[in-house]
Amino acid sequence: MFELLGIPPQALLGQLLLGLINGSFYAVLSLGLAVIFGLLNIINFAHGALYMMGAFVAWMLLNYAGIGYWPALILAPLIVGVFGIVLERLMLSRLYHLDHLYGLLLTFGLALIIQGLFRNYYGISGLPYRIPDALSGGYNLGFMFLPKYRGWVVVASLVVCFGTWFMIEKTRLGAYLRAATENPVLVGAFGVNVPLMIMLTYGFGVALAGFAGVLAAPIYSVNPNMGADLIIVVFAVVVIGGMGSIMGAILTGYFLGLIEGLTRVFYPEGSAVVIFVIMAIVLLFKPEGLFGRAA
Amino acid sequence: MAMSDTGITRPAAQQAGMPMLHKIIFLVLLVFLAVLPFMVYPVFAMKLMCFALFAAAFNLLLGFGGLLSFGHAAFFGSASYVAAHAAKVWGLTPELAVLSGTVAAAILGLAIGALAIRRQGIYFAMVTLAFAQMVYFVALQAQFTGGEDGIQSVPRGDLFGLISLRDNVSLYFFVLAVTFGGVLMLYRIVHSPFGQVLKAIRENEPRAISLGYNVNRYKLMVFTLSATFAGLAGATKSQVFQLASLTDVHWTMSGEVVLMTLLGGMGTIFGPLVGAAIIVTMQNYLATFGAWVTVIQGVIFVIGVMLFREGIVGVIARWIKRPL
Repeated sequence: MFELLGIPPQALLGQLLLGLINGSFYAVLSLGLAVIFGLLNIINFAHGALYMMGAFVAWMLLNYAGIGYWPALILAPLIVGVFGIVLERLMLSRLYHLDHLYGLLLTFGLALIIQGLFRNYYGISGLPYRIPDALSGGYNLGFMFLPKYRGWVVVASLVVCFGTWFMIEKTRLGAYLRAATENPVLVGAFGVNVPLMIMLTYGFGVALAGFAGVLAAPIYSVNPNMGADLIIVVFAVVVIGGMGSIMGAILTGYFLGLIEGLTRVFYPEGSAVVIFVIMAIVLLFKPEGLFGRAA
Repeated sequence: MAMSDTGITRPAAQQAGMPMLHKIIFLVLLVFLAVLPFMVYPVFAMKLMCFALFAAAFNLLLGFGGLLSFGHAAFFGSASYVAAHAAKVWGLTPELAVLSGTVAAAILGLAIGALAIRRQGIYFAMVTLAFAQMVYFVALQAQFTGGEDGIQSVPRGDLFGLISLRDNVSLYFFVLAVTFGGVLMLYRIVHSPFGQVLKAIRENEPRAISLGYNVNRYKLMVFTLSATFAGLAGATKSQVFQLASLTDVHWTMSGEVVLMTLLGGMGTIFGPLVGAAIIVTMQNYLATFGAWVTVIQGVIFVIGVMLFREGIVGVIARWIKRPL
């Protein structure tokens, strides 16, 4: 077998796959943040907590109601989405006339509450969630072993990301959405119910977080803290990509996941900070972000 | 963050320096703090003062500069590490240890600030949070920080090499001098011409630019100053607890200082002090309830943002129609 800079290809490809999986979560989460930001102009700090909630809802469905992985993949995002809509109606919608930083502060408080509650009832040790039977095992590709479930995570996240992109960029509904992002007052004057649209957008954005949580449940253990540190990295991803474009958020997510995986091969000590270093470089040379519009 | 100045301006009093009301409050506070260590456990009182200075430093940036940093734990924590290292490994006296921690925070503040001010509003908050997380990972992995253990049993030493700070009461008066002096300096900064320009930038940045102010230089200066005083608080805290740990650099610490300032009243002089006192006292008495403390803090955040944006001192200031 050939070697690259003294690194066996199995190790390299293994880390790249791991990077691609992390990238899948970065992409789905930063996509949700970008969709919400586009219309609401707030950064949803509770995104990590809602991702964690998605994983927990899947776990609860299985353990309390006997509902398996496949229905949970639809049900858990729906439940998280409805929960998000309740939060939007009760609280967020009352802050739109204020400085957008208040939205950030509110969602930070909500994240603390959600995480604290789950920590109280489920501890921090993490709960196992079994990989569904259809996706256990893996393929031997000759040059490396590909666990089926990991392949599925990458495929599922790609489908969801590009499905969302298609809906926003290519359909009539998406056109309304983009118009409302530019000028909500004018779109309202054309008879579109903008507050309803904002509510559903927030619900959809957090449902994406819930979906990512269900995907993550069998890989990482279901843990109240699983979203807290992840969301900070996703914030850095969002700063690097800029939230101006949906495609930008998706591509930046996968790209940074791969970079992180590569760093883990060549300079393991740096893998935890590489995304932040890239953020610093981007801020120096293109402060509005790789795909961002100057603001 | 737009906060209109509702207080009555009194030009005569301002020209004469500090308004009489503020003088009285500071004096009463000083007398109260002088007898406090004989009434409560001195270490608790010292913790209170360190966090009061931390919140006041943060408020300089948010309340007067209008910049929401979600990464102030980076400065608090790195100063705490450097001061602990200086006292333990280099064997520096307490005042020099605190000074080295503060200088470290100032340099870090300058570096992070120079990058962070390139973005505004929500992005600014995310950038500061991300850099603080980077500092956290460095603290977790670096050699001198001791990883998960932190730097433990930091010796207390002799002030100027002369006065022993080993017993709690003498250390208390050292901490009182440092934190009270820090708060007074922050007061001076806010009420200086520099502070007035900051207010102008906060209220209307394009206008400040059109008036010829180099807005970015002011932002960088206020960011660095805020980081420096946050560092002073963190460095002092490490001498009190004889410990620097990952808690000091974690994002929850950044969140706590935002909460203290929001609860007490951002953009007020005394608000952050009140907010810090409430949150630290609450943590002290609810420590046995574990994660419920997080939930309660979250609830205070939500209530503060939804119903109580002026904060406690902000509301009082509106009642008595005086800036506090």
